[in-house]
Amino acid sequence: MTRYIIRRLLQFIPVILISTLIVYALVFAIPGDPIRALAGDRPMSDAVREQLRQQYNLDDPFFIQYFKYIWGVFTAADFGTTFQGRPVLDIIQQRLPVTVTLALVATAIQAVFGVIAGILCTIYKDRFIDRLVQVSTVMMVALPIIAIGFLLQLVFGLNLGWFPIAGNREGLVSYLLPAFTLASVSTGIIARLLRGELVDAMQSDYVRTATAKGLKRTRVIGRHGLRNAMIPVVTFIGADLASMLGGSIVVESIFNLPGLGEQVYRSISGQEGTVVVGIVTLMVIFFVVINLLVDLLYGLLDPRIRYE
Amino acid sequence: MSNPNPEARTTPVSTAATEAGEGQKKTAEASLLADAWRSLRKNPWFIISAAILLVMLAMAIFPQLFTSEDPRACFLERNRQTPSAEHWFGTDIQGCDYYTRVIYGARNSIAVGFIVSLGVLVISLILGLVAGYFGKWVDAVISRFTDMVFAVPYILGALVFLNVIPTRGVREVAMVLIIFTWPTMTRLMRGSVISAASTEYVTAARALGAGHVTIMRRHILPNSLGPVIGYATVFIGIIIGAEATLTYLGVGLQLPAISWGLQLSDAKPYLTSFPHLLVFPLLFVSLTVFAFMTLGDAVRDALDPKSKKK
Repeated sequence: MTRYIIRRLLQFIPVILISTLIVYALVFAIPGDPIRALAGDRPMSDAVREQLRQQYNLDDPFFIQYFKYIWGVFTAADFGTTFQGRPVLDIIQQRLPVTVTLALVATAIQAVFGVIAGILCTIYKDRFIDRLVQVSTVMMVALPIIAIGFLLQLVFGLNLGWFPIAGNREGLVSYLLPAFTLASVSTGIIARLLRGELVDAMQSDYVRTATAKGLKRTRVIGRHGLRNAMIPVVTFIGADLASMLGGSIVVESIFNLPGLGEQVYRSISGQEGTVVVGIVTLMVIFFVVINLLVDLLYGLLDPRIRYE
Repeated sequence: MSNPNPEARTTPVSTAATEAGEGQKKTAEASLLADAWRSLRKNPWFIISAAILLVMLAMAIFPQLFTSEDPRACFLERNRQTPSAEHWFGTDIQGCDYYTRVIYGARNSIAVGFIVSLGVLVISLILGLVAGYFGKWVDAVISRFTDMVFAVPYILGALVFLNVIPTRGVREVAMVLIIFTWPTMTRLMRGSVISAASTEYVTAARALGAGHVTIMRRHILPNSLGPVIGYATVFIGIIIGAEATLTYLGVGLQLPAISWGLQLSDAKPYLTSFPHLLVFPLLFVSLTVFAFMTLGDAVRDALDPKSKKK
């Protein structure tokens, strides 16, 4: 197990380096002299220019710039500064809680609704509720996230007026619509996944034994069937948490939530390269680390899995 | 649906091994397709999505069939009208007939979907086949490279990349989407090649002296194609959604192009006052994406002899 973890960690070093390098290269391929942009119309002396270029490592070759940057990130959590002189880490600290709240609420929603729907399908297999859930999960999985976002905004925000449609000033309530949007696809997938697994599990020998012992049906499903059927669901939820940070860009800009995703979007259009690279690097690291944790969790949950 | 299938899956081996007639192989393939078609016809999801797609494709190719108006004939004096008998979907901010604009929007979205899906399919077939068949270091190199691109969320990558390109048409958006979305399908292809490569008929073909290219082309490719083809159809839907999203965010197609994403992004400030500007393009995007994804799922199920509906 320890050897497996070490090997996986070693494998992840090049993955993190190259994928952040891709982003770094993309952002700083933006043509134009940032120092001149900083000065605007005002004249700037050569000495000041030189000093600023030094400060931002602009005279180094590209790869050296990149390694200086990534070294700063991992040794000192230094994500650079914006051209206005504000540390990027400062922006991240201010915006991270919004995105994390959004991701956690969305995860809770998909876990609760997905699992309940999956169990209902198994209990009422081939009856009306099962069919209803199946049809609605097909819809949920197949609609683009942008459509679901606008639909919820129109129906529950505008027509019914139950939830705020933008911003996060009203606390947790204002996270509900965005979180439902972010969770919708995964809720459908979880319901289908769990139904498949649970229907299989209900036909297995140990469930038949449990039923034959005279256990109640709820106990058979809850204690015996669900335990095995939940393994792929739990790992799916974990892996999905990783990709949610990327999905937050779209949802946060639809609902004007001041989180990391909205900041990335804003910084890209405002050509604030350091902010984009800082946040995206953080997201990539999250993504890779969470995926590693999910793989390890899989082994803990399912003792049949052995790491060589 | 299970009966004729084992036959269909094993016949190419015997034909290749004996270098016998092509005719036998053709009938075998036909029976697999006929079998898939039989199960598709009974699937209500397939019927619904195929019907929607036919309409959408007709709209993309011959928009003139659906409307006689010119989408660029705009008159400011009739701007922002709500739906009426004369303008079914109302008119937009510039006073263009919104129904006509929405109809003409189909072409760009569906074009991006097809180009990207085709491009990604070609990349995945080649990389997946090579990685899954040769294994060892070839597989390690390709898989790690796939992991690296996979670790960059594709909306994010496309957002950053497209922002650097000053003029963006269908071609540019499609290229960038291909660059960031190929890993998923490549992984799928690699997986199904690995399971096809470990079968007995491949060992038999190798024992008979077949070369790498022959084994890959005649034995592995036909037997690992099913899930990938299904996913490629689903993928068209995903990409249409992604294109609309990117255009909505302001880094996709640009005016004067007509596209659903542009209509959504133009409509956003009028969400409260003129919701119809948002609703109609949204409806069309959703229907198209839904139809491709559902059709792809149905095709994947039909082509896979092992999947039986529970």
